[in-house]
Amino acid sequence: MAEALDTTRPVTAAPMLEVRDLHAWYGESHVLHGVNLEVAEGEVVTLLGRNGAGKTTTLKSIIGIMGKRQGAIRFKGAETVAMSSREIARLGIGYVPEERGIFSSLSVEENLLLPPQVQPGGMTVEQIFDLFPNIKERLQSQGTKLSGGEQQMLSIGRILRTGAKFLLLDEPTEGLAPVIIEQIGRTIARLKREGFTIILVEQNFRFAQTVADRHYLVEQGRVVDMIPNAELDKNIDKLHAHLGV
Amino acid sequence: MFELLGIPPQALFGQLLLGLINGSFYAILSLGLAVIFGLLNIINFTHGAQYMMGAFISWMLLNWLGIGYWPSLLLAPVVAGVSGVIIERLLLQRLYHLDHLYGLLLTFGLALIIQGLFRNYFGSSGLPYQIPAELRGGQNLGFMFLPNYRAWVVVASLVVCLATWFVIEKTRLGAYLRAATENPTLTQAFGINVPLLITLTYGFGVGLAAFAGVLAAPIYSVNPNMGADLIIVVFAVVVIGGMGSILGAIVTGFGLGIIEGLTKVFYPEASATVIFIIMAIVLLVKPAGLFGRTA
Repeated sequence: MAEALDTTRPVTAAPMLEVRDLHAWYGESHVLHGVNLEVAEGEVVTLLGRNGAGKTTTLKSIIGIMGKRQGAIRFKGAETVAMSSREIARLGIGYVPEERGIFSSLSVEENLLLPPQVQPGGMTVEQIFDLFPNIKERLQSQGTKLSGGEQQMLSIGRILRTGAKFLLLDEPTEGLAPVIIEQIGRTIARLKREGFTIILVEQNFRFAQTVADRHYLVEQGRVVDMIPNAELDKNIDKLHAHLGV
Repeated sequence: MFELLGIPPQALFGQLLLGLINGSFYAILSLGLAVIFGLLNIINFTHGAQYMMGAFISWMLLNWLGIGYWPSLLLAPVVAGVSGVIIERLLLQRLYHLDHLYGLLLTFGLALIIQGLFRNYFGSSGLPYQIPAELRGGQNLGFMFLPNYRAWVVVASLVVCLATWFVIEKTRLGAYLRAATENPTLTQAFGINVPLLITLTYGFGVGLAAFAGVLAAPIYSVNPNMGADLIIVVFAVVVIGGMGSILGAIVTGFGLGIIEGLTKVFYPEASATVIFIIMAIVLLVKPAGLFGRTA
């Protein structure tokens, strides 16, 4: 497990999030085997890897919804590995789950207003409508009646209201049309300009390349490499080998 | 006077009113069960005992502290609700990761203990509780005599049921509840205190049962077994309406009360079993219940 340690290069600023030797389990099944990564404030970092490599589990461990996890997860200096997801969210981490997590028993508006404010300075509902105008016209619809793209926008939009400045986005482009993926890409770029810090789980490294500063390669429950975005093209063979594309 | 199918209207409307009264209790009780099951995934077999507690608490408030019916209507549900909060924090909380069966067994055992304690202390012959002075007497509607207190029971339970429905379906707190029912993990990951919601929901469900108990005290005598007799029918109502459906619980509660009343008029022999016959048919045709969602 120690061989994975050297792959994380120190970043210039003090890391906002630092994950060290993270292990996690689904029931009896040991799925993370010592993940190491760090994210500086204002960075957009991706986790790339195959299905089942442990990307989603890493996000779930950071937000605290994995049943059993060990190691160190320091967020703004606070050790969160023993905290409940509720306490972790309250530190200012916003979670956009895989499959978007839109509630079918709530209207679009209720979905949007559901996550409570955790930090001051969140976007107003009007600002979110500016970002995603489609949502505004469908406020009274049942949440899951929206199209996949609209659900993804709602899932991101509702987190922007909370004031969380550190976002975990789990495959926000999965199954969406290219025009919607572009819109999500522009949104991520805009959030980065506004100072948000983002961990993005992606299968699509072409998309990841357009928004990220650095990429962590995840394989079999470990981070096996880190590639700065500028060097992504040079490492294309390595990527293909890891992602199997 | 006119007659309908050879039935005198006094008998018809009398039974209809009786059905509506029973339906009022079915509705409040099955509503509480539905709210609890929705969020806790526990079939609260203590519900009948908690309804009985409501009636006893109002009796104790009156006879020991001189506190009358109207304050009781609020106080008894609060006291019972607090006991529910304690039960949830001490016992139920440990069962959520286990099979339904454990919650059912635990709450069934609690019901037996609570009923046993009350029977031990108060006996099983029943204690009287007077109708409050404001609601004695009744109205002659021409075709029937309507006792004021019975009209009040129907109105009060309708108001409480609709208010509960409104809070759950139309308010921010209700949105939290629905979200936590649908996906507790994600709801908690947004920073919402789901364990607290669960505790308060159980307390509220118990409070509803106790409210029904206070309403029942002046009609039926206050008796340790009053809940055990009723709860079996209420479970049938919940099965017919569909476990966990709020509106389903309310509509089915009132509807079945009325059907039961009408059966007493037209075919009295079946009146005690009609609800169970409907339950069997519903289970065959629509196993998730009339308003239930199939998982």
